[in-house]
Amino acid sequence: MNIIVCIKQVPDTTNVRIDPETNTLVRSGVQSIVNPFDMYAIEEAVRLKEKFGGLVTVITMGPIQAEEALREAISLGADEAVLVSDRAFAGSDTWATSYTLSKAVQKIGKFDLVICGKQAIDGDTAQVGPGVAAFLDIPQITFVKKIEEIKDSFIRAERMTEEGYDIIESPLPCLITVVKEINEPRLPSLKGKMRAKKIEIKKLEAKDLDADPDSLGLKGSPTKVVKIFTPPPRKGGQMLEGEAKDISERLVDLLKGDLCL
Amino acid sequence: MDYLLTEEQVMIRDIARQIAQEKIKPVAAKYDAEGIFPWDIVKILAASDLCGIYIEEKYGGTGGGAMELVLATEELSKACGGISLAFAATALGTFPIILFGTDEQKQKYLPDIAKGKKLAAFGLTEAGAGSDAGAIATTAEKKGDYYVLNGTKQWITNGGEAEVYTVVASTNRSKGARGAAAFIVEKGTKGFEFGKKEDKMGIRASATRELVFTDCKIPKENLLGKEGMGFIVAMKTFDQSRPGVAAQAVGIAQGALDLTVEYMKERKQFGKSISSFQGLQFMLADMATQIEASRALIYACARMIDSGNSKVGKDSAMAKLFASDMAMRVTTDCVQLFGGYGYMRDYPIEKYMRDAKITQIYEGTNQIQRGIIANHLIKETAAK
Repeated sequence: MNIIVCIKQVPDTTNVRIDPETNTLVRSGVQSIVNPFDMYAIEEAVRLKEKFGGLVTVITMGPIQAEEALREAISLGADEAVLVSDRAFAGSDTWATSYTLSKAVQKIGKFDLVICGKQAIDGDTAQVGPGVAAFLDIPQITFVKKIEEIKDSFIRAERMTEEGYDIIESPLPCLITVVKEINEPRLPSLKGKMRAKKIEIKKLEAKDLDADPDSLGLKGSPTKVVKIFTPPPRKGGQMLEGEAKDISERLVDLLKGDLCL
Repeated sequence: MDYLLTEEQVMIRDIARQIAQEKIKPVAAKYDAEGIFPWDIVKILAASDLCGIYIEEKYGGTGGGAMELVLATEELSKACGGISLAFAATALGTFPIILFGTDEQKQKYLPDIAKGKKLAAFGLTEAGAGSDAGAIATTAEKKGDYYVLNGTKQWITNGGEAEVYTVVASTNRSKGARGAAAFIVEKGTKGFEFGKKEDKMGIRASATRELVFTDCKIPKENLLGKEGMGFIVAMKTFDQSRPGVAAQAVGIAQGALDLTVEYMKERKQFGKSISSFQGLQFMLADMATQIEASRALIYACARMIDSGNSKVGKDSAMAKLFASDMAMRVTTDCVQLFGGYGYMRDYPIEKYMRDAKITQIYEGTNQIQRGIIANHLIKETAAK
């Protein structure tokens, strides 16, 4: 079973600050980590490989420094790593990122499963996983909390919802995004770290991708950021006290009046 | 301080640190209170390839030595001096095989230990033979292709949990220390039973039991070295393993100091953090300096061992003596700095003080260490 895991390097938001002037993340001095949800994706892929054999290829799109994230994935048991990096990709929104990653996945070749974390903790969009599946024109199962069964060309997974979970079956190849309930990621091993140190990371640039140049980077990004602002903190609510009957009447009055029902 | 570690040593330290902080720290108080043996942590150590860091590659390890062992032990001990012992006491039980085993013995026992599938333990101490190791009463009588063991070993770390035991017994009691021999005994051998688990002051996540031998027949191939070498096996083993105990002590002290600095920044008295008081700052500075001095001594000693220098007896005794006395002082002061809270079991600091105490006692009391150091000094001057 050949698996491709898409990961992202993100700032460690446990100690990140927002610049009050620009309303953007203050990135200087903040450590970069592998997006925590992607750690579950890596772990699930490595577990499947240990059970069924095959190769786990981990892939990321980002600047040269994102190599560090790929090496960490190798130390956790992934076999190969691909860095998708080019100035032409700068300014990509989730659409262009999904397109670029899908092209890179096609370049890597035959795969049975693509696994992504459910979302990245910096952008929090949860769009890139589904986007990659759409561009690849393969089925997707998002928010997977358990793979119930997987074999040659079939997967059945539990998809977490707010009320409970769906059971979804799909042919392979397929893309899944995973939630943290799916497993407990292992810690790196010494032999894994030594491999990670030495491994040669494959690089893919725009020219390697058979991609439409107009669909890459800022040019290929339909999202326009008009304004970034910090939402004002919510004002305190109003507590009504007393007997239920009185309160409900007063509530109706309030809703009719100020809150214009 | 930068100790110019190799890349691989940095990796080992980082992995051990991550395991200690993410996996051991959250369970340390519970395992201490309930005396739970840390098999779950042993599994994590095994999966991270740490169990074989002091074992040759051809026997399944990653080829390191004493330095790798002390780096890992120190990091693990920062989170819990008891849990780290499952790892460190296995090294103690394995050293006799590494130092004196034949190729067949190494092939048979080391790979499983390196993979973390089996733990090891070392059995020397008896009720009447602690510091006076020559007084052991456990006997090994040769009968044909076997040795028959009789007697009881006391306070054996990893006892009952380990699969592989290296045990010192006498083949000729009239010869005293010169009549001793070391043997490998496997758990499950007929006539080999365990006593009750001891209820200890500290290192409570570590299992300490008696090893009871009653007409226990072991194949003669399990003799380590030769008859009469048992005492040498034990002494050479301790020469190698004492930096490990010292590293446990440094880890305990550093773990306690780290907690104390954090606490002192938070704790307010007289309207200020208590870390702003100079009298207390001086205590912190002294503790940090003593820890660093211990660490430097241990690393120097471990590197000396790894260079193949066999004359490490005095230096490894110094490392163990200095680091364990330091750990007792530092952890006592840390409890002091926590004040009344420090004395309460709800806070993690008193455990460090309880765990530190054993490092002054086992693998040779610190009085014995001073004796070793003095003996070396006197011999050295006599040789001049």
